Formats: sequence, C-alpha cells, structure tokens
Amino acid sequence: MVEFRMPSLGADMEAGTLVEWLVKPGDQVKRGDIVAVVETQKGAIEIEIFEAGRIEQILVDLDTKVPVGTPLARIRTEREAQPAAAAPAAPPPAPPAPSPAPPAVPVRPRAPMVPARPGPAPSAAPPLPAGPGVAGRARASPAARRLAERHGVDLSAITGSGPGGAITHADVAGRLGGITAPPDRKRALGLDLDAMRTAIAAAMARSKREIPHYYLEHQVDVTACEQWLARTNATRAPDNRLLIGALAIRSVALAARRFPAFNGFCRDGKFEPAAAVHVGVAIAIRGGGLAAPALHHADQLPLDQLMTGMRDLVQRMRSGRIRSSEISDPTITVSSLGERGVEALYGIIYPPQVAIVGFGKVVTRPWVVDGAIGPRSVVTITLSADHRVSDGHAGALFLAEIGKQLQEPDKP
Amino acid sequence: MTDIDVRKVVQEELNNIAPEADLASIDPGADLREALDIDSMDFLNFVTAIHHRLGVDIPELDYPKLVTLDGAIAYLTAKLGANRRS
Repeated sequence: MVEFRMPSLGADMEAGTLVEWLVKPGDQVKRGDIVAVVETQKGAIEIEIFEAGRIEQILVDLDTKVPVGTPLARIRTEREAQPAAAAPAAPPPAPPAPSPAPPAVPVRPRAPMVPARPGPAPSAAPPLPAGPGVAGRARASPAARRLAERHGVDLSAITGSGPGGAITHADVAGRLGGITAPPDRKRALGLDLDAMRTAIAAAMARSKREIPHYYLEHQVDVTACEQWLARTNATRAPDNRLLIGALAIRSVALAARRFPAFNGFCRDGKFEPAAAVHVGVAIAIRGGGLAAPALHHADQLPLDQLMTGMRDLVQRMRSGRIRSSEISDPTITVSSLGERGVEALYGIIYPPQVAIVGFGKVVTRPWVVDGAIGPRSVVTITLSADHRVSDGHAGALFLAEIGKQLQEPDKP
Repeated sequence: MTDIDVRKVVQEELNNIAPEADLASIDPGADLREALDIDSMDFLNFVTAIHHRLGVDIPELDYPKLVTLDGAIAYLTAKLGANRRS
C-alpha cells in the first residue's frame, strides 16, 4: 500500500486545498492519471498520480487545506494487488504533519454518475456503471456538479476532460468563463492573483538570497528566421501558424541538451543535471500574474508539436487548469517579452533551477552583413545563470548556441 | 452577415481574450494590442477564432489591418462581401 501525498508544487508551496477528487475508492489508476484538483497559490492544479494501482481509501475531504506531504489517499499498487486480505507488512511512515481527516474515518462514497440536467438530488439517481458513453448521462465530479448547479449549467453540454470523459470542476469553470463572464471579472477562475503575487515574491526573494546570478547578453540577427516564418505561415490556416516564441523555446531546448550545466536543479548547493529538457514557459496572467509551467521534452518535439503544446499550455495556465507535473518539472525557464515589450530582460532564476533565458522583442536595427550596412531584424537574448554551477565562459558558449539554433529554424 | 453581426463576432472574440475589458469604452481607432494588452499568442487565438466563425481567410500579411476595432470590422466585412460575390 502506498500513500498518495499532497505534492510540493514549487519551492514556495506549503499547503494546498483539495477542491476535487476525480477518483473514488475502488477505481483503477495508471501513472499520469489526473486524480484530484488542488487549489494553490498558483491556481487550481490538476494532480497526477505516479503509481499504478487501485484507490483503497480517500483520506482528505473536499475543501480541506492540508500541508505538503499529507497523505491524501491510499493506493494498492499493482505489485501488491494479491492477496488483498494480507495485512500491510509495515505501517506507512508517519505523515510530516497531522491530517485533518484521520485515515480511520470511512469515506463517504461518491455518486458515480449524476443526471445530465440539474434536477433530482444525487441520491435519487440510480447507480450506474462507471464509464463514458452512457447516453443522456454525464459523469461529473462532485465539485463540478456543485458548480454547475450553482450556475444552472447543463452538464450534458460539456465535454469532460477527466478520466473516462468525466466532467471536472475546471470544465464547468471554463464553460462559465466562456458564456457568463460578468464584465467585472478580472481574472480566470481558479486563479487568485494576490496569492500568486505572494508566491512569486517568496520564490524570487529566495532566488536573490541564495543564487549568485551572473548575466550575459547576445544580439542575434533573426531576419532569416522571420522570413522563414512568414513563408511557412503564408500557406497555413491560423490553427497551424507558428510564432517566433516557439522557435525561441526550441532553440533553448536544443542548446540545453548540449550544455547540461544549465539544465537541472541545484539543491543544498549540489547540482543535479536533469535527464530530460522540460522548458518552463513564462506566461503572463491578465491582471498581473506570472507562472512558468513546463513544456515537457521540448528538445524532442517537432516544431509544429512544440507550437501546439505551447498554445495549449498558455491557454490552460490562463484558464487555471494546469497539471502538477507541469508546475514541478521545469528544468530551465524561457521568458519572452513578445512584440510589444522592450529589447532585453534579465530574468531571476526560479529555484531550484539554475538558468533562465530571456528574449526581448524583435527590433529593426542597422546591421553589418557582408561588409554592408542594412536594416535587419535583431533580437537580444539574455542568460541569467547560477554561478555555483557554471561560469560566464560556459554561459557564453550556451548563449551563442541558442543564437545559432534560432537562426536555423528549418534544421530538423 | 451584416456589419452589425461582424461587430458582434469581433467583440465576442475580443471579450474571450480580455474578459475584464469594457469594449464599449475603447476607442475604435486605438491599437487593440495596446488597449487590451493582447500579446502575439492572444492575437493568433483571435485570428483563429474569427477564421472559424466567419470562414474568412486572414493571411499574416493582413494582420496590421486588424489591429483596431474599426479596421478589423471593415476588413472582415469587405472580405465577407468578396466571398459572397465570388
């Protein structure tokens, strides 16, 4: 039996509020399944599980705030599935903090299904087999159901994104955001910008306290890159068009693979290079917020897939439905100011990462090409890196490699 | 599809991107990217949504024509008219 615990989603997180369970006792789960939604300073985060098995017991009730590390559920893993009656060989390790819901308390079973339309109380609904595809019925989590009832939303009109097509709190919230947004709504549902500011402040203060930053900058002629983008996008429908931001992420990911000293974590003064390249994409939240969730394996993605992944990530981050692994996995961060910003930014490293790469806006500048001066598109790329792990010499080579990659967008 | 319908579609899609903005109070000649704090990703999403709803092809080269509310409506109305005639 293993315990599924409240994960730490970043150095600054101390506790989270469980707002939604997407599984119930008896459910089979596999690695990567989203099993719960936790409200944190970064918004509502979909929590993935990293053990395959069967949910034995839910230990924390909805709307309960618990510290990081608190057991949330017990899972019988596939390895120990037989025999079911055997007592655990050893008691599970004591939780680091008391859980408000004692494990011995039996958990109220969830109704597996709800009527598609608001109407009879859930208890009046006949028990139905779990699984998608039951005509006229929508599977939905209790939190989703409550939210839908409160706002009179028809669950049958919503496509669920949870396990087996179940409708989640975020699905309903997304629907509400789409059709009933009151004019005074300042932010996406599930995002508390004041809490987010507190989290940013804590992480950045820690970074400035602990990480000896050094800074480099490099100007790169991206005229050819822009021309390639314009040619490529000219024949594409808007759904498939590329942004230069995707090329920026790709160039950093490819360079990070070659320069491992900028891709990983520094914990207790010791550097742990990461095996994969998960690029944190800095995303501004309307109304003044910032988060940098991971684009997983960005160095392995073909450019079109990288662009699709980036669009999806930005959209989900802004609507407050990001996944736990995306919050906890970034191995290096990229911050792009886009077309309306300024020419350069010097990022602050997000601990325990060791580097952040900044892209300013592309500007037209007089530039010397083959001995003649002409107007060219130029971007300033910066690197802020951790001096405990690397030096300016290595940083310069890394930054130059990013510039080289950016100038070769069509190279596979 | 009348001029008023195009305006409604444009406003709805801008509202999806900037739900807190009061579109009625925005200068119809102002740069939307400034007025609504729209970045290149938002703008691409806006163009994508308009493309799907109105069936209008919007090449990247025409983006500058869409940066004001009045400009976008004039551009899309003209495009729709051309579609109908062809």
